[in-house]
Amino acid sequence: MVLAMLFALYSYGPKSGNAPLAFDEMLTAEDLPRPPYKTYQEWYSAQDPAHLIQKSQDAESIFRRTGITFAVYGHADSSEKLIPFDIIPRIISAREWRKLAQGIEQRVLALNAFLDDIYHKQEIIRAGRIPRELIEKNEAFLPEMIGFKPPGGVYTHIVGTDIVRTGEDQFYVLEDNARTPSGVSYMLENRETMMQMFPELFAMNKVQRVEDYPYLLRQSLASLAPPGCKGKPRVAVLTPGIYNSAYYEHSFLADTMGVELVEGSDLRVIDGKVKMRTTRGYEAIDVLYRRVDDDFLDPLTFRPDSALGIPGIMDVYRSGNITIANAPGTGISDDKAIYSYMPEIVEFYTGRKPLLENVPTWRCSEPDSLKYVLEHLEELVVKEVHGSGGYGMLVGPTASKKERSDFAEKLSARPSNYIAQPTLSLSTVPILVNKGIAPRHVDLRPYVLVSDKEVKIIPGGLTRVALKKGSLVVNSSQGGGTKDTWVLED
Amino acid sequence: MLGRTANGLYWMFRYIERAENIARLVDAGLRVSLTRTGSTDEDWDGVLQSAGVRDEYVDLHGKVTTANAIDYLLREKTNPSSVMSCIDSGRNNARMVRTALTRETWEATNECWIELKQLLEKRVKPADLPAVIDTIKRRAGLIRGAFHGSMLRNDLYNFSRIGTFIERADNTSRILDVKYYVLLPAVSQVGSSLDNFQWESILRSVSAHRSYGWVYDAEYRPSNIADFLILNRRMPRSLAYCYEKIVSNLRYLAEDYGERHTAHDTADSIRTMLKRGEIGDVMDQGLHEFLEDFISRNNQLSVEISEGYRFYR
Repeated sequence: MVLAMLFALYSYGPKSGNAPLAFDEMLTAEDLPRPPYKTYQEWYSAQDPAHLIQKSQDAESIFRRTGITFAVYGHADSSEKLIPFDIIPRIISAREWRKLAQGIEQRVLALNAFLDDIYHKQEIIRAGRIPRELIEKNEAFLPEMIGFKPPGGVYTHIVGTDIVRTGEDQFYVLEDNARTPSGVSYMLENRETMMQMFPELFAMNKVQRVEDYPYLLRQSLASLAPPGCKGKPRVAVLTPGIYNSAYYEHSFLADTMGVELVEGSDLRVIDGKVKMRTTRGYEAIDVLYRRVDDDFLDPLTFRPDSALGIPGIMDVYRSGNITIANAPGTGISDDKAIYSYMPEIVEFYTGRKPLLENVPTWRCSEPDSLKYVLEHLEELVVKEVHGSGGYGMLVGPTASKKERSDFAEKLSARPSNYIAQPTLSLSTVPILVNKGIAPRHVDLRPYVLVSDKEVKIIPGGLTRVALKKGSLVVNSSQGGGTKDTWVLED
Repeated sequence: MLGRTANGLYWMFRYIERAENIARLVDAGLRVSLTRTGSTDEDWDGVLQSAGVRDEYVDLHGKVTTANAIDYLLREKTNPSSVMSCIDSGRNNARMVRTALTRETWEATNECWIELKQLLEKRVKPADLPAVIDTIKRRAGLIRGAFHGSMLRNDLYNFSRIGTFIERADNTSRILDVKYYVLLPAVSQVGSSLDNFQWESILRSVSAHRSYGWVYDAEYRPSNIADFLILNRRMPRSLAYCYEKIVSNLRYLAEDYGERHTAHDTADSIRTMLKRGEIGDVMDQGLHEFLEDFISRNNQLSVEISEGYRFYR
């Protein structure tokens, strides 16, 4: 009885009358569990739904008490929100993960090689593989970085590659977040919460560890201290402050790494070093993990009105006395206009075909593409080149006629500001709903740590899930939720 | 430790202490209105003065009424010393210094904020007041308990404690100063029920109406009450007790850092004054003058601590 109720909403068998919305990661079209979900599904079938709903509410109160909240810009009264957390894990097999990890590693190495090239010899431009104006007219390109090699030659210390799945073996990279990818604290807190609530599940499934992330991050950052640094490198996290939407994550990372959490007003350039004001006087910092955008980093070099940055830090950086992670100017590599060139970029620097595919992308700056996009708006997703967080985008198939025609106007007015992609049928996984479980679309953001010696990919990542039935928008700012992501051992 | 972190801890604990003290003041005021016949609006005038917000209150509401005064003290957004404003500021400081706090201390602070935000969302109905005040005191107590039970005894702890006791000394001295005239020998008519009532209300606002009896037995005497709240070193809200704590925490910092500041000398001299003081001398000198001088020296010390430990610059 219980079983029938639980699965009433989640069945693709011949009698169900349901057709899968997309590739479902738990069930085949014949209603059989796929291998990684087998143990979980057996466990789940024996659960009392009311008990699971209770657990879900417990999870929410854990998150609220811990203060795992984010700020939504533009909402005056609701300044602190919880990201909804779904208690059903998203499960990935070791085999699937290996495939992903190889593809991500290749892509991240290519990104670093690309950045090094773009700020030095620019061979990829000379070879005619990408247009010069795409780089030099791009706001994310920082002339200040030309000819400068960051410590260890590493530009992107931390990367969060957004991946979507559309089939058994079909994965696409949606975005390369190479500036300051956020969300890793949710990966860790989600796991922590799941282990507290369902210890028995972790005894039944061999889930690969994500808990070492803060330790690995600190180690990775410290290993890239400037050459002149004597003794144990001093690492600090730079935050814009408590009103920033990701402040919880900044404090979480500083706390779990055991390093200082600093704001611009704590730092000052003294004797060619960046120093922080302590109760005992000023002390030097060797590695700064900054969660502040390039524009705000140094009012002397970039935006003069920035109160978040440190006047003169770019001079210290260029004279090799501090490591900034990620390096300024990395935004040129994850720009949405550059994205469409990623297959060429990967091939150019690694000499091999990309292991992970790019989503086909129309660059609206090109007249033919623009024409195609305008004619096929109801099939496409159109994004701003510099946008993020799901703002300013059009999801053609779910938008109203009026929304599409309004958007077409904006698009025609500034075509180079947009790219378009086909609406991918993102894979679905189960989430807990009032009446049991139901399939919803997801994406995945694994986190990657880069040092001069190795690329480490944490087995797991942040699964974002669109909570509304049929919705493809997973961004937390647009009502998406998160899940714990399990990568099983072999 | 960052200077900003020391500043954040110091103010976090000042605000939480203040929230609790304001709750006590409201509690004492409430008690007065329950045990008295006729209008009690005048008594609330005194409570607003003790909280140091009477002028701002008048700017907003004009006439003092019981309902408006309670609302102003508990939840007025424009009053930086209302309980809700204090808890907001305390929690904001806690968020800022999140990495310096244990998980227990942070969660106790955050839960306090979550619960009070809900309780104080709308005007509190008179029937709910006792329960709301009780919750404020209990939540503040839970923060204190989590803090004592889990924080390392290092410089973080010292700055937190110094904030608590600077604030408490300020509060106690203000409560006394507003009512100093009822403690003057010349005007007091020993045994009159009006005075008994005033004195009890002073003691209640520092939760000391019972402990007074243990220490001085007998009936209320103005000089004993003044002695209890100013010079008694066992009374946890007295000025002398606060300065024992301030001095010892500053001493730990000096030893830890190997450096003394002007603040150390200032604190030492205030402590010595309180230790050697006799209540008779204080009364002879003038209680009001004594308290005014104390409040300004206490403020001066706060400034010197923020300079010595680079809170802002």
